[in-house]
Amino acid sequence: MIRFRLERRIDPPRYLSWAVPVASVVLALVASGLLLLAFGANPIDTFAAMWDGAFGDIFGGEVYSVSETLVRATPLMLTGLAVAVAFKMKFWNIGAEGQLVMGGIAASAVALFLPDAAPWIPQTLVVYGLIMGGAAILAGALWALIPALLKAYLNVSEIIVTLMLNYIAILWYSQLFTTSWKDPEGLGFPGSALFPEFTWLPRFSNTRVNVALLVGLVAAVGVWVLFAKTRAGYEIRLLGDNPEAARFAGVSVFRNILLVMLISGGLAGLAGMGEVAGISHKLQQGLSANNGFTAIIVAWVAKLQPWAIVLVSILLAAVFVGGDQIQMTMGLPASVAQVVQGVMLFFVLGGDIFSQYRIRVSRERGEVMA
Amino acid sequence: MKFGRLSALLIALLLALAACGGDDATTTTGAAIDTTNGTTSGEVTKVAFVYVAPIGDLGWTYSHEQGRLAVEALDGVETSYIENVPEGPDAERVIREFAQAGNDIIITTSFGFMDPTLTVAAEFPDVQFVHVSGYKSAANMSNIFGRMYQPRYLTGMIAGAQTESNIIGYVAAFPIPEVIRGINAFTLGVQSVNPDAEVRVVWTNTWFGPPEEKEAAEALLDAGADVIAQHQDTTEPQKAAADRGAYSVGYNTDSRSFVGDSLLTAPIWNWASKYVPLVEEVRAGTYQGDESWWGGLDTGVVDLASYGPSVTQETIDLVEAKKAEIIAGDFDVFCGPIIDQAGTEQVAEGTCMEDGDMLGMSFFVKGVVGEIPAG
Repeated sequence: MIRFRLERRIDPPRYLSWAVPVASVVLALVASGLLLLAFGANPIDTFAAMWDGAFGDIFGGEVYSVSETLVRATPLMLTGLAVAVAFKMKFWNIGAEGQLVMGGIAASAVALFLPDAAPWIPQTLVVYGLIMGGAAILAGALWALIPALLKAYLNVSEIIVTLMLNYIAILWYSQLFTTSWKDPEGLGFPGSALFPEFTWLPRFSNTRVNVALLVGLVAAVGVWVLFAKTRAGYEIRLLGDNPEAARFAGVSVFRNILLVMLISGGLAGLAGMGEVAGISHKLQQGLSANNGFTAIIVAWVAKLQPWAIVLVSILLAAVFVGGDQIQMTMGLPASVAQVVQGVMLFFVLGGDIFSQYRIRVSRERGEVMA
Repeated sequence: MKFGRLSALLIALLLALAACGGDDATTTTGAAIDTTNGTTSGEVTKVAFVYVAPIGDLGWTYSHEQGRLAVEALDGVETSYIENVPEGPDAERVIREFAQAGNDIIITTSFGFMDPTLTVAAEFPDVQFVHVSGYKSAANMSNIFGRMYQPRYLTGMIAGAQTESNIIGYVAAFPIPEVIRGINAFTLGVQSVNPDAEVRVVWTNTWFGPPEEKEAAEALLDAGADVIAQHQDTTEPQKAAADRGAYSVGYNTDSRSFVGDSLLTAPIWNWASKYVPLVEEVRAGTYQGDESWWGGLDTGVVDLASYGPSVTQETIDLVEAKKAEIIAGDFDVFCGPIIDQAGTEQVAEGTCMEDGDMLGMSFFVKGVVGEIPAG
């Protein structure tokens, strides 16, 4: 009887660093190509349409397609950074979705009600941008504080609490835009009133790319500095890698759980502000678009590295935006687009294991064959 | 600065796609040459549809897909569609991409697509945009919908005649005027034949939510309902009723082949009856745009599904007579006297509700058991 088992490579050969990526990509394209063939679509045409949808004629100076990819990437970037900060400490924040929604609610509250409630506050973009940003960070952080406190004081599983808090946030925001915050002039249809124009985040030229993208890039720098340069970052990493050693060294678990979740929730909250103040300019259906869950994929593919998160969020957004073309140009159903995206991610994620492990094939008596 | 190994993989993947993209540039150029020499390209009308749910929902989106297939069958018309587009930031991109792809007509079929459709319509003045179920329009954007409350009233008559427990359950999506109007019309129909029957409403807060819809129907059946009606996009409430030996009233399409004969009937959409003439008018150059169209039973865009075998001939005759009255303009659903839940007269005898008031309807009529969440 032949057995297969994975064995960690002690000294991975150098050629693997290029052979594995190349092989993964080839396999990803071949596998999704075969799938497309099975549905009667020309794979080359389909991949071309996907590229075109995500990046367009970027080398010819056409920016529209790539701008939409960046719009899609912005909330993924911020929530990806948010969960990565928590994951560094092996604190499993599955609640970025809810923290994003709470940030969106807070920013909407500022934009919809503050101008009337406090007319003496200068109605300019800078002032309101800062207030909305502060409110969004605070709301996301406070929402993240609940699981942090429960974990720190009572050792309650953060996975369950953060996950369940998502649904509470989503239901609350749905309730707001269908009832109490509904646009009085909206003929009873769901959705808040449009925010006043001075609260709209500035956009770059004719695209929908807005300041939230810069916020995401700055946040990436901030997270990198936190882990590369600060004592707090070092403690958080130590707690994640070796909690016993960290405690022995006198690192406060309690303080760091709170710190991590305040940063994590705050970043997710900013993503929510970007979506309402940068894109929709109102609170309506669609704020929670699974960004907080997709963020987990982004963070893992990027190995929790801030710079890689920026890149991966853009590339994943490209796969989503380009994936629409499978339907729009090739006329295939949405399910095929999702399967193709899944197959690509499967090979790219799955391939990585072969650069760290190898497969040993052995006979029953343990004699090694390969 | 270390990039994850996996990001290197993703980059490589994208580069490989880019290589394919290079090929594409030449093929599109080729196509462009064809169109300049072209013989037929000027005559082909391209129509694109943006759907909120999968076509396989067998409900709302499926009914629009039937309309698309009828349009596709026209000579000189090409259609394309995208399904499962969430309401939110992605919608505007999808609509704009269809406009950039050279479509002549773009039809968006969910309320949440209204503002993005309006935004993109302003950028493409030569494209006709048609939004279903909203209220905004522009020079090149129409809003269209159907007077679904008319067939809903008729289905209420059937449910009222059929119930023995005098409790009818109604699984409803969101507390918005469209849904409230439907519940009221249905209840008025119920009470016209059976003043003792009541209609109990459960909100699901989702248009397309198989488990939520099923649970809501089961809760209503537990409360003693023996007929389940719905304003939802799947057949789950109907199946839940069938499992418990109760009757159901469907919605959107005739789902008898999936549900069986426990289905009494359903108020249904027939979008081909609007889409086909609309596309033909655009092709003929006679379509003006900026249309606000609300079609009733007389236009055929709304109708009744087949009758189940348990519906008596007496009831069918009654319903058919009422339907003829509505089509002839001799009767309409929201004509007085209409009494609300609190017993206040909302529409006086001898008057009928204006369209504007119907569009913003926010009260329940007498006979409905349930609440509209405070607004």
